[in-house]
Amino acid sequence: MNKEPNLTVERSAVELTKEDFVSDQMVKWCPGCGAHAILSSVANVFPKIGYRKENFMFVSGIGCSSRFPYYVNTYGIHGIHGRAAAIASGVKISNPHLSVWVATGDGDSMAIGGNHFIHIIRRNIDVNIMLFNNQIYGLTKGQYSPTTPMGSVTKTSPQGTIEHPFNPGELVLGAQGTFFARVVDTNPRLMTEVMFEAAKHDGTSVVEILQNCVIFADKTHDVVTNKETRDERQIVLRNGEPMIFGKNRDKGIRLNGTRLEVVTLGENGITEDDLLVHDAYQQDPGVHLMLAKMAYPHFPVALGVIRAAMYPTYDDMVEEQIAYAKANSKIKCVDDLLNSGDTWEIK
Amino acid sequence: MVKTKSNVIQKDAVVVKFVGDSGDGMQLTGTLFSDTAALAGLDLATFPDYPAEIRAPHNTIAGVSGFQVHVGAKKIETTGDLCDVLVAMNPASLKSNLKWAKPGATIIVDENAFEEAAVKKAGYAENPLDNDSLSGYNLVKAPITLLTREAVKDLGIDNKTADRSKNMFALGMLYHLFDWKFDNTFEFFEKKFKSKPAVIEANKAVLEAGYNYTETVEALTSVYQVSRAKLEPGRYRNITGNVATAWGLLAAAERSGRPLFLGSYPITPATEILIELAKYKSLGAKVFQAEDEIAGITSAIGASYTGSMAVTTTSGPGLSLKSEAIGLAVITELPLVIVNVQRGGPSTGLPTKSEQSDLYQALFGRNGEAPVVVIAASSSANCFYYAYMAGKIAMEHMTPVILLTDGYLGNGSQLLRIPKVADLPSIHPPIAEANDPDYKPYRRNPETLARKWALPGTEGLRHRVGGLEKEDIYGNVSTDPINHQKMVDLREAKVQKVAEFIPEQEIVGEKEGELLVVSWGGTHGAVSEAVEELQKAGKSVSHAHFHYIMPLPKNTADLLGRYKKILVCELNSGQFVNYLRMNHPQYKYLKYNKVQGLPFTVSELVNAINATLEEK
Repeated sequence: MNKEPNLTVERSAVELTKEDFVSDQMVKWCPGCGAHAILSSVANVFPKIGYRKENFMFVSGIGCSSRFPYYVNTYGIHGIHGRAAAIASGVKISNPHLSVWVATGDGDSMAIGGNHFIHIIRRNIDVNIMLFNNQIYGLTKGQYSPTTPMGSVTKTSPQGTIEHPFNPGELVLGAQGTFFARVVDTNPRLMTEVMFEAAKHDGTSVVEILQNCVIFADKTHDVVTNKETRDERQIVLRNGEPMIFGKNRDKGIRLNGTRLEVVTLGENGITEDDLLVHDAYQQDPGVHLMLAKMAYPHFPVALGVIRAAMYPTYDDMVEEQIAYAKANSKIKCVDDLLNSGDTWEIK
Repeated sequence: MVKTKSNVIQKDAVVVKFVGDSGDGMQLTGTLFSDTAALAGLDLATFPDYPAEIRAPHNTIAGVSGFQVHVGAKKIETTGDLCDVLVAMNPASLKSNLKWAKPGATIIVDENAFEEAAVKKAGYAENPLDNDSLSGYNLVKAPITLLTREAVKDLGIDNKTADRSKNMFALGMLYHLFDWKFDNTFEFFEKKFKSKPAVIEANKAVLEAGYNYTETVEALTSVYQVSRAKLEPGRYRNITGNVATAWGLLAAAERSGRPLFLGSYPITPATEILIELAKYKSLGAKVFQAEDEIAGITSAIGASYTGSMAVTTTSGPGLSLKSEAIGLAVITELPLVIVNVQRGGPSTGLPTKSEQSDLYQALFGRNGEAPVVVIAASSSANCFYYAYMAGKIAMEHMTPVILLTDGYLGNGSQLLRIPKVADLPSIHPPIAEANDPDYKPYRRNPETLARKWALPGTEGLRHRVGGLEKEDIYGNVSTDPINHQKMVDLREAKVQKVAEFIPEQEIVGEKEGELLVVSWGGTHGAVSEAVEELQKAGKSVSHAHFHYIMPLPKNTADLLGRYKKILVCELNSGQFVNYLRMNHPQYKYLKYNKVQGLPFTVSELVNAINATLEEK
């Protein structure tokens, strides 16, 4: 993954630091909230991306996650519920020289904003979406969300939810997403690495962050993130590398027929050569979808960049069409337009 | 073509309506007729009347498509109440449109189309051409289908193809009636059918056949002579309200130096603005067909923050969906033009019909104290100017502006005297300069109370805006009660300040007197004609037609106070009249309203105004 970052964004002439992106506003998330780690990751990765600090822009909707723009010193819009992806689409199309970031939650982007979420992805507009998935409505104090596991007891599901949750990765790939990655809020190093890849990707990139809500859904991702068991329940995918996981690096993922399966290295003559080698750049999303859907207890949860396929972006094509029209149309200004077609003189 | 002008009738204005089946080409016929009228130096207004269905069943009332043209030597303000000439290509179109013909009107029908099945399908018990039901009209029964086929027989064209040119036969008859030349229409055929020489020849032959038939059999006993209109010298074109709106927006973008961004979702009758703007990438217009109405406006808000002249276009139900986002534009104090081409409501209502019933929604349809500027165009042609002004006000005052037009203005057409963009009022968006040490997101210009527009990418101006209440000057999130009051007051005062920058309200007629007729938006044509008629009859009636609604022009209270009676006419149940009552409760208001999806007729207004004058 060593493609140059998107060259339409102007690079900074000076070296930037974390301090360049810290805003003067008090951060009001609950102590222990996973969002703090995400904020810190962003402040760490933005200087590394190398763009001018004035060329970064944050857009959000409503929810705990969506307070994000106030806490980073960039240009930003804190929008209305669910509409961050649509606002960001307008921002990027209007000014393709900006590095545009969306901070959104599972309610904001999967429920009220579901329509905009799938359409920005389908269009492949070059916007980076950080999806804070804490499987709960936090700001409204604890109602189930579209990603809450079935059966969960919440304030609006006292007997347990009876809704099938979305798997965001599945939704992204179903909408023809070109970039999907997953990280956990307990691994800031991986988060920073993945954000950098998201920034480099031309097109809509979605980074799902499994985030803990200490108040309303504490330990909701514990099954994946718990220190004691995480090595057995997570697999960090790296492009070009075989899919190995486990505390002793003795487990792997292989393709058996049309399905993935977990195997143990050394058992039944299985070696590294039998394992799937991760190809994030593959255009066909088939394996990416299977990887995104892997879930405990049958599989480890896939982290890292699951898909990063190259496709033309909407914003590039807009610029191309405009350049072509400018070069080829007889209408160069509004006066030309007003006088085009049938006109006549009255003396 | 030598013609004996034995029976020339001088006409000031003539209303012609072409009606037929959806497939009969009535829209094209009407357009060619109006273009030729324009080239003959007449003023005009047109209105297409489509069925709501794309292809309704053949020969049914639901499938009737019409096109009305009002041409004249005088200034043409409306498309005319009733027509002088009705061209009906089949029984269904005659049945559904006879009510729009003046008593004694000339009715031209294709008698070949009145065969039994079609007559029955139209709902006639018997063929209306065979009884005396049309005796009150000048009925011209022409064998249009047969003569059209005959005219192209030698060109080797089959009947089915020939029948597609029937409309040109009717047009040829009209050209005889008006004594017009073919040149412009021939040119159109040559351009349109460039690769099909046979079709060019066929259409020319049929047009001539219609003309010659009229001449030979003296089908129409008279010839109309409409002298050239006294139009202001200049270059002219025919333009629909929706196209004029699109072009006005492009002109404002060009003049302000800000690129145009349109975020929009197709909706009748506003879609043509989206279609039109999508054509002009060469002017740098970025047109985003969004996934829904909300994405249309929110993408525009994103583009506005980024420095585009941002626009969203819609009709009534779409404006409802945009309400929350308009509030976001209000609190973020970003420029945004929202065009609402009004249609009949509520809900889906009457999508292809026209109304003025979204005024309340435009003024008040948001949560919280959320004032926006509201202006309204009053003719198809001046949609250009008011769209331009909407852009100018939005950018210079850093506020959302709702521009109200309607289906009647949007789809109708009129002559536009082509302006030079350089002659339009200049536009100065308050762009913040890089590294301005005094820049604060909500610091205001004392003249306009507008904040500065700080564009992403600019050095030294990084800032955040959003939907949470903002601290005065600094723009940080604030829940302070006194600050909230202050910001609510400032946003209201900023919109009211616009009154300092718009023209004073004009009056047509006596500056004081018995009765002031008040109207706004798309009813200008009918109301002004009605008032003029009464003024000519010596009545004490004046007319104030409002384009600027929020804020009202500064002199509004003063001028309302100069008349004994005020009659507010509008195509809703009384929204503007109540708005005037709210703003200027010291006066007594009378109202005249209609909510039928139809424009006012001049005659009903004349009656209503007369009745008001007679009331004690």
